Amino acid sequence: MYLHFANVLVFFALAFVLCGLMLGLGMLLRPSNPTPGKLSTYECGEPPSGSAWINFNIRFYLIALVFVIFDVELAFIYPVAAVFKDWVEHGNGLTVLLEVVTFLAILGVGLVYVWVKGDLEWLKRLPASRPAERTPVRRAA
Amino acid sequence: MSLINSAPEMALTTKVDDLLNWTRKSSIWYMMFGLACCAIEMMQAGCPRGDLERFGMAPRATPRVSDVIIVSGTLTLKMALRTKVLYDQMPEPRYAVSMGSCANCGGLFQLAYSVCDGVDRVIPVDVYVPGCPPRPEALIEGLTKLQEKIQQEKWLVRKTEPVGVRA
Amino acid sequence: MGLDAAAIHSALRARFGAAIGDLVGAGTNASAMVPPDQIHAVCAFAKSDPALAFDCCSNLSGVDYPKQSAIQVVYHLFSYQHRHHFVLKVNAVRDDPVAESVSDLWSTADWLEREVFDLLGVRFTGHPDLRRILMPEDWPGHPLRKDFVEPEEYHGIPTSRESLLKA
Repeated sequence: MYLHFANVLVFFALAFVLCGLMLGLGMLLRPSNPTPGKLSTYECGEPPSGSAWINFNIRFYLIALVFVIFDVELAFIYPVAAVFKDWVEHGNGLTVLLEVVTFLAILGVGLVYVWVKGDLEWLKRLPASRPAERTPVRRAA
Repeated sequence: MSLINSAPEMALTTKVDDLLNWTRKSSIWYMMFGLACCAIEMMQAGCPRGDLERFGMAPRATPRVSDVIIVSGTLTLKMALRTKVLYDQMPEPRYAVSMGSCANCGGLFQLAYSVCDGVDRVIPVDVYVPGCPPRPEALIEGLTKLQEKIQQEKWLVRKTEPVGVRA
Repeated sequence: MGLDAAAIHSALRARFGAAIGDLVGAGTNASAMVPPDQIHAVCAFAKSDPALAFDCCSNLSGVDYPKQSAIQVVYHLFSYQHRHHFVLKVNAVRDDPVAESVSDLWSTADWLEREVFDLLGVRFTGHPDLRRILMPEDWPGHPLRKDFVEPEEYHGIPTSRESLLKA
Protein backbone atom coordinates (compact mmCIF):
# COMPACT_ATOMS: atom_id res chain seq x y z
CA MET A 1 0.00 0.00 0.00
CA TYR A 2 2.88 2.37 0.73
CA LEU A 3 4.01 1.90 -2.86
CA HIS A 4 1.44 4.55 -3.88
CA PHE A 5 3.68 7.17 -2.36
CA ALA A 6 6.17 6.38 -5.07
CA ASN A 7 3.74 8.12 -7.47
CA VAL A 8 3.93 11.26 -5.42
CA LEU A 9 7.71 11.05 -5.32
CA VAL A 10 7.88 10.75 -9.10
CA PHE A 11 5.60 13.77 -9.50
CA PHE A 12 7.74 15.87 -7.18
CA ALA A 13 10.95 14.78 -8.86
CA LEU A 14 9.55 15.52 -12.31
CA ALA A 15 8.40 18.97 -11.23
CA PHE A 16 11.78 19.87 -9.79
CA VAL A 17 13.68 18.47 -12.77
CA LEU A 18 11.51 20.23 -15.35
CA CYS A 19 11.57 23.61 -13.63
CA GLY A 20 15.27 23.30 -12.98
CA LEU A 21 15.89 22.40 -16.60
CA MET A 22 13.94 25.36 -17.95
CA LEU A 23 15.47 27.88 -15.58
CA GLY A 24 18.92 26.39 -15.95
CA LEU A 25 18.82 26.46 -19.73
CA GLY A 26 17.69 30.03 -19.55
CA MET A 27 20.57 30.91 -17.27
CA LEU A 28 23.03 29.37 -19.69
CA LEU A 29 21.62 30.92 -22.82
CA ARG A 30 20.65 34.43 -21.79
CA PRO A 31 22.80 37.55 -21.92
CA SER A 32 23.66 39.20 -18.64
CA ASN A 33 24.97 42.73 -18.93
CA PRO A 34 23.89 44.68 -15.87
CA THR A 35 24.46 48.40 -16.18
CA PRO A 36 23.50 51.13 -13.69
CA GLY A 37 20.81 52.33 -16.09
CA LYS A 38 19.30 48.89 -16.40
CA LEU A 39 19.25 48.32 -12.66
CA SER A 40 17.59 51.63 -11.83
CA THR A 41 14.02 51.72 -10.58
CA TYR A 42 11.35 52.19 -13.24
CA GLU A 43 9.37 55.39 -12.86
CA CYS A 44 8.19 56.11 -16.42
CA GLY A 45 11.49 57.70 -17.40
CA GLU A 46 11.72 60.16 -14.52
CA PRO A 47 14.43 59.78 -11.88
CA PRO A 48 12.84 57.76 -9.08
CA SER A 49 11.76 59.81 -6.06
CA GLY A 50 10.62 58.49 -2.70
CA SER A 51 10.47 54.92 -1.46
CA ALA A 52 8.54 52.14 -3.20
CA TRP A 53 7.21 50.93 0.17
CA ILE A 54 3.94 52.80 0.61
CA ASN A 55 0.97 52.31 2.90
CA PHE A 56 -1.87 50.36 1.33
CA ASN A 57 -5.48 51.16 2.05
CA ILE A 58 -6.80 48.90 4.79
CA ARG A 59 -9.92 47.96 2.79
CA PHE A 60 -7.87 45.43 0.80
CA TYR A 61 -7.02 43.66 4.05
CA LEU A 62 -10.66 43.67 5.19
CA ILE A 63 -11.95 42.20 1.96
CA ALA A 64 -9.26 39.52 1.98
CA LEU A 65 -10.05 38.62 5.59
CA VAL A 66 -13.78 38.25 4.96
CA PHE A 67 -13.04 36.19 1.85
CA VAL A 68 -10.73 33.79 3.70
CA ILE A 69 -13.28 33.14 6.42
CA PHE A 70 -16.11 32.35 4.03
CA ASP A 71 -13.87 30.42 1.67
CA VAL A 72 -12.87 28.08 4.52
CA GLU A 73 -16.55 27.71 5.38
CA LEU A 74 -17.21 26.66 1.81
CA ALA A 75 -14.33 24.20 1.96
CA PHE A 76 -15.97 22.58 4.98
CA ILE A 77 -19.36 22.33 3.26
CA TYR A 78 -18.02 20.50 0.18
CA PRO A 79 -17.17 17.16 1.91
CA VAL A 80 -20.56 17.12 3.64
CA ALA A 81 -22.30 17.64 0.30
CA ALA A 82 -20.20 14.89 -1.27
CA VAL A 83 -21.28 12.22 1.22
CA PHE A 84 -24.77 13.56 1.94
CA LYS A 85 -26.37 10.73 -0.01
CA ASP A 86 -24.84 8.16 2.37
CA TRP A 87 -26.26 10.00 5.34
CA VAL A 88 -29.71 10.10 3.76
CA GLU A 89 -29.59 6.34 3.12
CA HIS A 90 -28.77 5.73 6.77
CA GLY A 91 -31.73 7.86 7.77
CA ASN A 92 -29.71 10.71 9.32
CA GLY A 93 -30.31 13.17 6.51
CA LEU A 94 -32.37 15.62 8.53
CA THR A 95 -29.89 15.67 11.43
CA VAL A 96 -26.97 16.37 9.15
CA LEU A 97 -28.92 19.07 7.31
CA LEU A 98 -29.75 20.78 10.58
CA GLU A 99 -26.10 20.64 11.66
CA VAL A 100 -24.95 22.20 8.40
CA VAL A 101 -27.63 24.88 8.59
CA THR A 102 -26.55 25.70 12.16
CA PHE A 103 -22.94 25.99 10.99
CA LEU A 104 -24.00 28.34 8.16
CA ALA A 105 -26.20 30.35 10.52
CA ILE A 106 -23.37 30.94 13.00
CA LEU A 107 -21.16 32.24 10.23
CA GLY A 108 -24.11 34.13 8.77
CA VAL A 109 -24.39 36.07 12.02
CA GLY A 110 -20.79 37.11 11.50
CA LEU A 111 -21.60 38.21 7.92
CA VAL A 112 -24.54 40.30 9.11
CA TYR A 113 -22.31 41.95 11.73
CA VAL A 114 -19.65 42.85 9.14
CA TRP A 115 -22.34 44.12 6.75
CA VAL A 116 -24.09 46.34 9.30
CA LYS A 117 -20.80 47.77 10.53
CA GLY A 118 -20.09 48.92 6.96
CA ASP A 119 -16.88 46.96 6.56
CA LEU A 120 -18.02 45.65 3.18
CA GLU A 121 -18.30 49.16 1.71
CA TRP A 122 -15.49 49.86 -0.73
CA LEU A 123 -15.88 53.63 -0.44
CA LYS A 124 -16.57 54.98 3.01
CA ARG A 125 -19.23 57.66 3.09
CA LEU A 126 -18.31 60.89 4.89
CA PRO A 127 -20.62 62.08 7.69
CA ALA A 128 -23.17 64.42 6.12
CA SER A 129 -23.01 67.06 8.83
CA ARG A 130 -20.35 69.37 7.30
CA PRO A 131 -21.73 72.39 5.41
CA ALA A 132 -20.18 73.12 2.02
CA GLU A 133 -17.52 75.80 2.31
CA ARG A 134 -17.27 78.63 -0.17
CA THR A 135 -13.62 79.55 0.32
CA PRO A 136 -11.75 78.68 -2.86
CA VAL A 137 -9.00 76.12 -2.46
CA ARG A 138 -5.81 77.02 -4.29
CA ARG A 139 -3.95 74.02 -5.60
CA ALA A 140 -0.46 74.17 -7.03
CA ALA A 141 -0.50 73.18 -10.68
CA MET B 1 29.03 30.33 -16.67
CA SER B 2 27.29 31.16 -19.88
CA LEU B 3 27.05 29.27 -23.11
CA ILE B 4 26.68 32.40 -25.21
CA ASN B 5 29.07 32.62 -28.15
CA SER B 6 31.00 29.61 -26.92
CA ALA B 7 30.50 26.89 -29.50
CA PRO B 8 32.16 26.38 -32.88
CA GLU B 9 30.06 26.70 -35.99
CA MET B 10 28.71 23.25 -36.65
CA ALA B 11 25.43 22.00 -38.04
CA LEU B 12 24.11 21.24 -34.56
CA THR B 13 24.97 24.58 -33.02
CA THR B 14 23.66 26.64 -35.92
CA LYS B 15 20.42 24.71 -35.78
CA VAL B 16 20.14 25.50 -32.07
CA ASP B 17 20.76 29.14 -32.92
CA ASP B 18 18.05 28.99 -35.57
CA LEU B 19 15.66 27.56 -33.02
CA LEU B 20 16.46 30.23 -30.45
CA ASN B 21 16.16 33.01 -33.01
CA TRP B 22 12.89 31.61 -34.29
CA THR B 23 11.43 31.56 -30.78
CA ARG B 24 12.64 35.13 -30.16
CA LYS B 25 11.37 36.56 -33.43
CA SER B 26 7.97 34.88 -33.06
CA SER B 27 7.27 36.55 -29.76
CA ILE B 28 8.40 40.15 -29.98
CA TRP B 29 6.70 42.15 -27.27
CA TYR B 30 6.81 45.77 -28.25
CA MET B 31 6.74 48.67 -25.84
CA MET B 32 4.21 51.18 -27.07
CA PHE B 33 5.97 54.49 -27.12
CA GLY B 34 3.32 56.45 -28.97
CA LEU B 35 4.10 60.13 -28.86
CA ALA B 36 2.03 61.69 -31.64
CA CYS B 37 0.05 60.85 -34.79
CA CYS B 38 2.17 57.79 -35.61
CA ALA B 39 0.83 56.26 -32.41
CA ILE B 40 -2.61 56.00 -34.01
CA GLU B 41 -1.16 54.03 -36.91
CA MET B 42 0.73 51.83 -34.46
CA MET B 43 -2.52 51.16 -32.63
CA GLN B 44 -4.16 50.31 -35.95
CA ALA B 45 -1.36 47.90 -36.71
CA GLY B 46 -2.35 46.06 -33.57
CA CYS B 47 -6.04 46.21 -34.39
CA PRO B 48 -7.88 43.56 -36.42
CA ARG B 49 -7.10 44.74 -39.96
CA GLY B 50 -3.32 44.91 -39.64
CA ASP B 51 -3.11 42.27 -37.00
CA LEU B 52 0.16 42.21 -35.08
CA GLU B 53 -0.98 39.47 -32.72
CA ARG B 54 -0.64 36.91 -35.51
CA PHE B 55 3.12 37.55 -35.44
CA GLY B 56 3.14 37.00 -31.72
CA MET B 57 3.66 40.69 -31.04
CA ALA B 58 1.87 41.92 -27.95
CA PRO B 59 1.82 45.52 -26.76
CA ARG B 60 3.43 46.22 -23.42
CA ALA B 61 3.41 49.34 -21.32
CA THR B 62 6.68 48.94 -19.45
CA PRO B 63 10.22 48.57 -20.79
CA ARG B 64 11.01 45.81 -18.32
CA VAL B 65 9.13 43.10 -20.20
CA SER B 66 9.46 44.30 -23.78
CA ASP B 67 11.82 43.30 -26.58
CA VAL B 68 11.44 46.28 -28.86
CA ILE B 69 10.55 49.93 -28.32
CA ILE B 70 8.56 51.45 -31.18
CA VAL B 71 9.15 55.20 -31.04
CA SER B 72 6.20 56.60 -32.95
CA GLY B 73 5.82 60.33 -33.12
CA THR B 74 7.72 63.54 -32.61
CA LEU B 75 10.42 63.33 -29.97
CA THR B 76 10.91 66.59 -28.08
CA LEU B 77 14.14 67.32 -26.25
CA LYS B 78 12.24 67.10 -22.97
CA MET B 79 11.07 63.60 -23.86
CA ALA B 80 14.39 62.50 -25.36
CA LEU B 81 16.01 62.36 -21.93
CA ARG B 82 13.24 60.07 -20.68
CA THR B 83 13.46 57.92 -23.81
CA LYS B 84 17.12 57.29 -23.07
CA VAL B 85 16.30 56.23 -19.51
CA LEU B 86 13.54 53.91 -20.69
CA TYR B 87 15.73 52.29 -23.36
CA ASP B 88 18.41 51.74 -20.73
CA GLN B 89 15.87 49.98 -18.56
CA MET B 90 15.00 47.41 -21.23
CA PRO B 91 16.66 44.04 -20.67
CA GLU B 92 18.72 42.56 -23.49
CA PRO B 93 18.24 41.43 -26.21
CA ARG B 94 16.53 44.70 -27.08
CA TYR B 95 15.81 46.52 -30.31
CA ALA B 96 14.45 49.91 -31.30
CA VAL B 97 12.17 50.77 -34.19
CA SER B 98 11.90 54.38 -35.27
CA MET B 99 8.48 54.94 -36.82
CA GLY B 100 7.61 57.95 -38.89
CA SER B 101 9.53 60.96 -40.18
CA CYS B 102 9.63 62.72 -36.85
CA ALA B 103 11.33 59.84 -35.10
CA ASN B 104 13.66 59.23 -38.05
CA CYS B 105 15.05 62.73 -38.48
CA GLY B 106 12.79 65.28 -36.82
CA GLY B 107 10.48 65.23 -39.81
CA LEU B 108 8.24 68.20 -40.38
CA PHE B 109 9.39 69.85 -37.17
CA GLN B 110 13.13 69.47 -37.63
CA LEU B 111 13.79 73.22 -37.42
CA ALA B 112 11.74 73.72 -34.25
CA TYR B 113 13.52 74.71 -31.09
CA SER B 114 12.06 71.99 -28.93
CA VAL B 115 12.29 68.97 -31.23
CA CYS B 116 15.01 66.35 -31.04
CA ASP B 117 16.02 65.62 -34.61
CA GLY B 118 15.48 61.90 -34.71
CA VAL B 119 15.42 59.31 -31.98
CA ASP B 120 18.81 57.98 -33.07
CA ARG B 121 20.32 60.98 -31.32
CA VAL B 122 19.64 59.20 -28.03
CA ILE B 123 19.19 55.47 -28.66
CA PRO B 124 20.59 53.04 -31.27
CA VAL B 125 17.91 52.25 -33.83
CA ASP B 126 17.59 48.93 -35.63
CA VAL B 127 14.80 49.62 -38.13
CA TYR B 128 13.65 52.95 -39.57
CA VAL B 129 10.09 52.99 -40.90
CA PRO B 130 9.57 56.02 -43.16
CA GLY B 131 6.22 57.71 -43.61
CA CYS B 132 4.13 60.52 -42.27
CA PRO B 133 2.50 58.55 -40.85
CA PRO B 134 3.48 55.13 -42.19
CA ARG B 135 0.48 52.95 -42.91
CA PRO B 136 -0.03 50.03 -40.53
CA GLU B 137 1.14 47.76 -43.32
CA ALA B 138 4.38 49.73 -43.53
CA LEU B 139 4.96 49.31 -39.82
CA ILE B 140 4.30 45.60 -40.16
CA GLU B 141 6.86 45.44 -42.95
CA GLY B 142 9.33 47.22 -40.70
CA LEU B 143 8.72 44.73 -37.93
CA THR B 144 9.11 41.90 -40.42
CA LYS B 145 12.51 43.34 -41.34
CA LEU B 146 13.30 43.34 -37.64
CA GLN B 147 12.35 39.68 -37.54
CA GLU B 148 14.79 39.02 -40.38
CA LYS B 149 17.46 40.86 -38.44
CA ILE B 150 16.76 38.80 -35.33
CA GLN B 151 17.02 35.60 -37.35
CA GLN B 152 20.65 36.42 -38.23
CA GLU B 153 21.87 36.71 -34.66
CA LYS B 154 24.44 34.38 -33.16
CA TRP B 155 23.77 33.12 -29.68
CA LEU B 156 25.45 29.74 -29.24
CA VAL B 157 27.87 30.05 -32.12
CA ARG B 158 31.06 32.00 -31.73
CA LYS B 159 30.96 35.41 -33.39
CA THR B 160 33.41 35.74 -36.24
CA GLU B 161 35.21 38.84 -37.43
CA PRO B 162 33.49 40.30 -40.50
CA VAL B 163 35.56 39.73 -43.59
CA GLY B 164 36.36 43.05 -45.26
CA VAL B 165 38.16 44.06 -48.37
CA ARG B 166 41.67 45.25 -47.64
CA ALA B 167 43.38 47.64 -49.93
CA MET C 1 -27.48 90.05 -26.53
CA GLY C 2 -25.17 92.09 -24.36
CA LEU C 3 -23.48 95.40 -24.71
CA ASP C 4 -21.49 96.24 -27.80
CA ALA C 5 -17.81 97.15 -27.68
CA ALA C 6 -18.33 100.89 -27.46
CA ALA C 7 -20.67 100.53 -24.48
CA ILE C 8 -18.23 98.24 -22.65
CA HIS C 9 -15.42 100.67 -23.40
CA SER C 10 -17.34 103.62 -22.06
CA ALA C 11 -18.31 101.65 -18.95
CA LEU C 12 -14.64 100.94 -18.29
CA ARG C 13 -13.67 104.55 -19.01
CA ALA C 14 -16.38 105.78 -16.65
CA ARG C 15 -14.79 103.78 -13.85
CA PHE C 16 -11.08 104.15 -14.59
CA GLY C 17 -10.88 107.33 -16.62
CA ALA C 18 -7.92 107.98 -18.85
CA ALA C 19 -6.06 104.85 -17.76
CA ILE C 20 -8.05 102.88 -20.33
CA GLY C 21 -6.74 103.50 -23.84
CA ASP C 22 -8.83 104.26 -26.90
CA LEU C 23 -11.10 101.66 -28.45
CA VAL C 24 -9.24 99.98 -31.31
CA GLY C 25 -10.68 97.47 -33.72
CA ALA C 26 -14.22 96.23 -34.09
CA GLY C 27 -16.29 93.15 -33.44
CA THR C 28 -14.32 90.41 -31.73
CA ASN C 29 -11.13 92.43 -32.04
CA ALA C 30 -12.39 95.46 -30.13
CA SER C 31 -9.66 96.14 -27.60
CA ALA C 32 -8.33 98.74 -25.24
CA MET C 33 -4.90 99.27 -23.70
CA VAL C 34 -4.48 99.07 -19.93
CA PRO C 35 -1.36 99.92 -17.88
CA PRO C 36 0.33 96.80 -16.50
CA ASP C 37 -0.05 97.83 -12.85
CA GLN C 38 -3.80 98.35 -13.11
CA ILE C 39 -4.82 95.29 -15.05
CA HIS C 40 -5.91 93.43 -11.92
CA ALA C 41 -8.20 96.25 -10.82
CA VAL C 42 -9.71 96.57 -14.30
CA CYS C 43 -10.26 92.82 -14.57
CA ALA C 44 -11.77 92.64 -11.10
CA PHE C 45 -14.21 95.41 -12.04
CA ALA C 46 -14.97 93.72 -15.38
CA LYS C 47 -15.78 90.49 -13.56
CA SER C 48 -17.79 91.85 -10.67
CA ASP C 49 -19.79 94.66 -12.34
CA PRO C 50 -23.33 93.39 -13.05
CA ALA C 51 -23.58 95.15 -16.38
CA LEU C 52 -20.27 93.75 -17.66
CA ALA C 53 -20.08 90.38 -15.78
CA PHE C 54 -17.07 88.96 -17.64
CA ASP C 55 -17.03 85.57 -15.97
CA CYS C 56 -14.78 83.82 -18.46
CA CYS C 57 -11.25 84.55 -19.59
CA SER C 58 -11.25 82.76 -22.93
CA ASN C 59 -7.63 83.39 -23.74
CA LEU C 60 -4.52 84.95 -22.32
CA SER C 61 -1.51 85.19 -24.57
CA GLY C 62 1.49 87.34 -25.32
CA VAL C 63 3.05 89.01 -28.34
CA ASP C 64 6.61 90.22 -28.67
CA TYR C 65 7.01 93.70 -30.26
CA PRO C 66 10.76 94.43 -30.22
CA LYS C 67 10.37 97.63 -32.26
CA GLN C 68 7.98 99.08 -29.67
CA SER C 69 10.23 97.60 -26.98
CA ALA C 70 7.27 95.92 -25.36
CA ILE C 71 5.82 92.51 -24.75
CA GLN C 72 2.07 92.73 -25.05
CA VAL C 73 -0.14 90.48 -22.92
CA VAL C 74 -3.60 90.06 -24.46
CA TYR C 75 -6.66 89.15 -22.39
CA HIS C 76 -9.77 87.91 -24.22
CA LEU C 77 -12.77 88.20 -21.91
CA PHE C 78 -16.24 86.73 -22.46
CA SER C 79 -19.44 86.96 -20.50
CA TYR C 80 -21.76 83.95 -20.44
CA GLN C 81 -24.43 86.00 -18.71
CA HIS C 82 -24.69 88.77 -21.28
CA ARG C 83 -22.99 87.06 -24.23
CA HIS C 84 -20.57 89.88 -24.98
CA HIS C 85 -16.82 89.90 -25.32
CA PHE C 86 -13.94 92.31 -25.06
CA VAL C 87 -10.16 92.35 -25.35
CA LEU C 88 -7.73 94.03 -22.96
CA LYS C 89 -4.10 94.57 -23.85
CA VAL C 90 -1.19 95.30 -21.55
CA ASN C 91 2.19 96.55 -22.79
CA ALA C 92 4.93 95.29 -20.49
CA VAL C 93 8.40 96.78 -20.77
CA ARG C 94 10.56 94.44 -22.81
CA ASP C 95 13.69 94.57 -20.62
CA ASP C 96 11.92 93.36 -17.51
CA PRO C 97 8.34 92.50 -18.37
CA VAL C 98 6.07 92.44 -15.33
CA ALA C 99 2.29 92.35 -15.12
CA GLU C 100 -0.22 91.68 -12.39
CA SER C 101 -1.63 88.18 -12.27
CA VAL C 102 -5.38 87.69 -12.69
CA SER C 103 -5.31 84.01 -11.72
CA ASP C 104 -7.28 84.69 -8.54
CA LEU C 105 -10.15 86.03 -10.68
CA TRP C 106 -10.21 83.33 -13.34
CA SER C 107 -8.63 79.92 -12.68
CA THR C 108 -7.84 79.43 -16.35
CA ALA C 109 -5.39 82.31 -16.18
CA ASP C 110 -3.21 80.16 -13.93
CA TRP C 111 -1.74 77.95 -16.64
CA LEU C 112 -2.10 80.52 -19.42
CA GLU C 113 0.08 82.94 -17.47
CA ARG C 114 2.56 80.13 -16.87
CA GLU C 115 2.70 79.65 -20.63
CA VAL C 116 3.33 83.37 -21.25
CA PHE C 117 6.06 83.29 -18.63
CA ASP C 118 7.63 80.19 -20.13
CA LEU C 119 7.67 81.33 -23.74
CA LEU C 120 8.04 85.10 -23.42
CA GLY C 121 9.46 85.71 -19.98
CA VAL C 122 6.70 87.91 -18.51
CA ARG C 123 6.66 87.72 -14.71
CA PHE C 124 3.21 87.83 -13.17
CA THR C 125 3.15 89.22 -9.63
CA GLY C 126 0.84 87.40 -7.27
CA HIS C 127 0.82 84.19 -9.28
CA PRO C 128 0.73 81.16 -6.95
CA ASP C 129 3.05 78.88 -8.94
CA LEU C 130 4.98 80.65 -11.69
CA ARG C 131 7.24 78.12 -13.40
CA ARG C 132 7.80 76.69 -16.85
CA ILE C 133 4.98 74.64 -18.27
CA LEU C 134 5.99 73.55 -21.79
CA MET C 135 9.77 73.75 -21.99
CA PRO C 136 12.00 71.71 -19.68
CA GLU C 137 12.76 73.24 -16.28
CA ASP C 138 16.38 74.00 -17.14
CA TRP C 139 15.81 75.43 -20.62
CA PRO C 140 17.81 78.61 -21.26
CA GLY C 141 15.87 81.59 -22.60
CA HIS C 142 12.33 82.20 -23.73
CA PRO C 143 11.67 80.65 -27.13
CA LEU C 144 8.91 82.87 -28.55
CA ARG C 145 10.95 86.07 -28.28
CA LYS C 146 12.08 87.42 -31.60
CA ASP C 147 15.73 87.48 -30.49
CA PHE C 148 15.76 83.93 -29.16
CA VAL C 149 18.79 81.93 -30.28
CA GLU C 150 18.45 78.17 -30.24
CA PRO C 151 21.10 76.56 -28.03
CA GLU C 152 23.66 74.34 -29.76
CA GLU C 153 22.85 71.32 -27.68
CA TYR C 154 20.69 70.31 -24.77
CA HIS C 155 22.10 67.78 -22.29
CA GLY C 156 24.45 66.47 -24.95
CA ILE C 157 21.81 66.16 -27.68
CA PRO C 158 22.65 68.38 -30.67
CA THR C 159 19.70 70.47 -31.80
CA SER C 160 20.35 70.61 -35.52
CA ARG C 161 20.74 67.97 -38.16
CA GLU C 162 22.66 68.31 -41.38
CA SER C 163 20.43 68.12 -44.40
CA LEU C 164 20.96 65.18 -46.73
CA LEU C 165 19.51 67.17 -49.62
CA LYS C 166 22.40 69.60 -49.92
CA ALA C 167 24.79 68.71 -52.71
